[in-house]
Amino acid sequence: MTAPTDTPMQPGPLPAPGAAPGHFVSPDPFDPEAEAPGLAGSLGTAVGGQASQLRIMWIKFRRHRLALISAVFLIVMYATLLITEFLAPYRLEDHDYTAIYAPPQQVHLFHDGSFVGPFVYGQSVTLDMVRLKRVYADDRSDVQKIRFFCHGAPYRMLGLIPGDLHLLCPAEGGRFNLLGTDRLGRDILSRILYAARVSLTIGLLGTFVAFSLGILIGGIAGYRGGWFDVAMQRTIEVIQSIPSIPLWMALAAIIPLTWSPIFVYLGITVILGMLDWTGQARAVRSKLFSLREEDYVLAAELMGARPRRIIWRHLLPGFMSHLIASASLSVPGMILGETALTFLGLGLRPPITSWGILLTEARGINIIALYPWLLWPMVPVVLVILAFNFFGDGLRDAADPLR
Amino acid sequence: MPPSTRPLPDTARDLLRIDGLRVSFPLLQGEVEAVRGASLRVRPGKITALVGESGSGKSVTGQAILGLQPANARVSGKVWLDTGAPVDLLTLPHDGRAIRAIRGAQIGMIFQEPMTSFSPVHTIGNQISEALRLHQPMPPRALRARCEEMLGRVGLPDPRRIYDMYPFELSGGMRQRAMIAMAVICGPALLIADEPTTALDVTIQAQILGLIRDLQREFDLAVLLITHDLGVVANLADEVVVMHHGQVLESGPTEAIFADPRHEYLRGLMNAVPVFGARARDRLKPLREVPAEGIRALAAMSVPAAPAAPASATQARPLITVSGLSKSFLPRNRSWGLFARSEPPLRAVDDVSFEIRRGECLGLVGESGSGKTTVGKMLVRAFAPDAGQILLHDSAGGVLDVPGAAGDELTALRQRVQMIFQDPMSSLSPRMTVGQILSEPLDIHARGTRAERDRMVAALLRAIGLGPAVAARYPHSFSGGQRQRIGIARALALGPEFIVCDEAVSALDMSVQAQILNLLKDLQKELQLTYLFISHNLAVVNYLADRIAVMWRGRLVELAPREALMSAPAHPYTRALLAAVPHPDPHHPLDIAAACMPATQAESAWPAAFRESAEAPGELVDLGDGHLVRMQPMADRRDLDGTGGAR
Repeated sequence: MTAPTDTPMQPGPLPAPGAAPGHFVSPDPFDPEAEAPGLAGSLGTAVGGQASQLRIMWIKFRRHRLALISAVFLIVMYATLLITEFLAPYRLEDHDYTAIYAPPQQVHLFHDGSFVGPFVYGQSVTLDMVRLKRVYADDRSDVQKIRFFCHGAPYRMLGLIPGDLHLLCPAEGGRFNLLGTDRLGRDILSRILYAARVSLTIGLLGTFVAFSLGILIGGIAGYRGGWFDVAMQRTIEVIQSIPSIPLWMALAAIIPLTWSPIFVYLGITVILGMLDWTGQARAVRSKLFSLREEDYVLAAELMGARPRRIIWRHLLPGFMSHLIASASLSVPGMILGETALTFLGLGLRPPITSWGILLTEARGINIIALYPWLLWPMVPVVLVILAFNFFGDGLRDAADPLR
Repeated sequence: MPPSTRPLPDTARDLLRIDGLRVSFPLLQGEVEAVRGASLRVRPGKITALVGESGSGKSVTGQAILGLQPANARVSGKVWLDTGAPVDLLTLPHDGRAIRAIRGAQIGMIFQEPMTSFSPVHTIGNQISEALRLHQPMPPRALRARCEEMLGRVGLPDPRRIYDMYPFELSGGMRQRAMIAMAVICGPALLIADEPTTALDVTIQAQILGLIRDLQREFDLAVLLITHDLGVVANLADEVVVMHHGQVLESGPTEAIFADPRHEYLRGLMNAVPVFGARARDRLKPLREVPAEGIRALAAMSVPAAPAAPASATQARPLITVSGLSKSFLPRNRSWGLFARSEPPLRAVDDVSFEIRRGECLGLVGESGSGKTTVGKMLVRAFAPDAGQILLHDSAGGVLDVPGAAGDELTALRQRVQMIFQDPMSSLSPRMTVGQILSEPLDIHARGTRAERDRMVAALLRAIGLGPAVAARYPHSFSGGQRQRIGIARALALGPEFIVCDEAVSALDMSVQAQILNLLKDLQKELQLTYLFISHNLAVVNYLADRIAVMWRGRLVELAPREALMSAPAHPYTRALLAAVPHPDPHHPLDIAAACMPATQAESAWPAAFRESAEAPGELVDLGDGHLVRMQPMADRRDLDGTGGAR
């Protein structure tokens, strides 16, 4: 170093206002090994730096409160599909001609000031001959206690395991319709629970179809590029430019009327998937393009890795989390698509029951005016779709790898 | 700096006075204090430089002055702005009317990245006049006149045309000029410049620095210059504040700081920066050195026990011969694919020939877009050249054709030639552990048993000074410098003889840069490696390279042994490059006049001997001692000396 200058030393970092600067040297020592402050609390050092990307994704996802609640809600919803027969008080086709268009019954706890536990009052029906409407009135003397874990109508769980245990049953000889009944006196709550099986799985299956097509086509386009990419891009643009409802209608019309309901169900799934793969393919393609620019992919190439290894070890893990996130965002579209198709009378047909089928019952304005409880199936549709959106959002935010 | 001749009242106050500034961000667990009680001041009409490495909190400090810090940050302390009546900027409501009246009008700001600091959908004039209109409403015609005047003032040619142009039509340097025009158009008293030249080439950097200094003098502007580059500081600043981990470690007048750095950190930093001149090849003293034992252990493992032939015999022979290398890129077509009309291809590399001798380090220098990275990538066969030959020789006299290699030859090539990348963030897969990353090349080539591979990984980790215990960790838990070392270890895994280092230290902090440079040097010595070292930083190349090649617009314009190129550069472009490098020494100011000529227009000002045209292409002419210069073959050699070849 050259000779020291005559600049005066200065005790603090700030000289007096306007004064000539002095030379300030902090008394704090310098530790070359010290980490930047706060690094210890960051995600990167979680578990001594040994947290895998999946684990970090989970940590980040957990912070997204709404997404976490949605995830729990969805898990519960899908779990109920396994035990629908147990949860539903009635079977899918159970009908009661004495209780047609019965309104939701209110659950009471106290009768005449004394506690009896959850019960409903029996109802008597009179036909209003002026408005041609059944009028239900509570019979205050008829206390029908709700039974829990009771033996009711026999069923085969998932069509396999015979049983007759139900979570809730009406009183012996009584009736219990928490959400009312429809035009055949069928319990709406039970039908919503059974319909969830179809509606919730059709979204997943459709997304699976779209996902597979998207990864395959988008993957080839993204990895090979060239004419295939250009052709695929243009095809996608054409497909996306066709209005979706007429296209659904055309495709749904292809399904022969003679097919059994289960084949119609699968056919509708494929139709929904075929129309949704375009978004997935684009997502895959653009993600592949951006990942191929990453230096670590070039590094793998330079160390002699073959394309298959590069795709499986370097590219696929890189975009899989993103794809799953975007797929979970496309499930609600599928559910809505099924509902819309069925509502238009082009999708599923009874006896297969979905939320869309249930809503077709509520097509007329007079029904909505007179029997508004037929709109109850909308509630699970809205809730599930919101949950999927929040869940997908949280997943997408968490999917970006920590560097 | 000349002594201040301003009247006393002007200097008897501080324009900006930051006292005990603290900024913290909430984290997953706890919070991080980015700024921990920093104090500094800017005097009216003076330049204060805020120096620090990444993570030092210097940018956050700049943002906090204007209330531009991220929304979740917590700020405390005092930030006094005194333009007559002192205001504590931190007490003003966040994004409220009061602070908005100060932004732009009294404090202007320019950012690092000129590419993103303009809105792409509005014209330059629209954006600059908006800044002016917000603070000084005036009729449109006067608005435009003022803007055009300012655009001219910052050195943009034809301001009338530029006013109506969109940002994408301007180069990075021109955009940064326009950005400066926008920052100063309302006549602010203070300009905050956050790394204003970091994203620019050296010659452009010199111009922008010159412009900032001119404006500062002309408008009596105070500048808070935030930078990591000590060379920039030495050239521009009146006062220097050194920050580290959110604290001010040293501050004072520029002279005193550079002549007599007192704090351990600043001294370490100054010793770690490569410089020109007599000390250029002295071993740098990084703040943290990688011990050499690990490297020697690795050398004992990978290099065959019998030493190679005597150095003198093998070193004369070339390892790589490149001749007539050319590569063009098709300009990216506009989303139409099938129907795109063909535009003329861009010649990234144009007829480049050179050789790299066994065991040497060839430096390849040039500005962005000069084609240097393209050359490097072709040498490792990341892609094939359009024309030309790349031959890889082995010590037994065998020759491997790099672009044409296939099958077994390609497998052999992949093991002999490797690359080190610029960006330590993108060069390691975030989903693999360090152990997996390092053993992957061994897996691919089925080297040894599982246990042997693990031993190799441990040896590699020891060689880069990290220790085998980190093998289970993921890249995200390492700092940039550590990641770069992991990238180096990966390149070494297969025991290559030739490594292309593509801007290997450009993305790193100053203190880490020296460590990596020393590591590369030690590795080269112990493992008998050959490097092609690509960089835009001449001081770094000067430190590492034996010979230096200079590229300009895809062509090789000069190739010479290091000392010859540094002491007697012949080509005017090389001279401009050398003149534009700022030295971390206030007694060695930048010759801005020499560097100020925009390189794209400079060609017409070059001596006739160096000008090229389609009819009269230049050739590489040997000046003796392996000093090659691209010039007119018939030109008089005396032209060279007449333009001051020796400096």
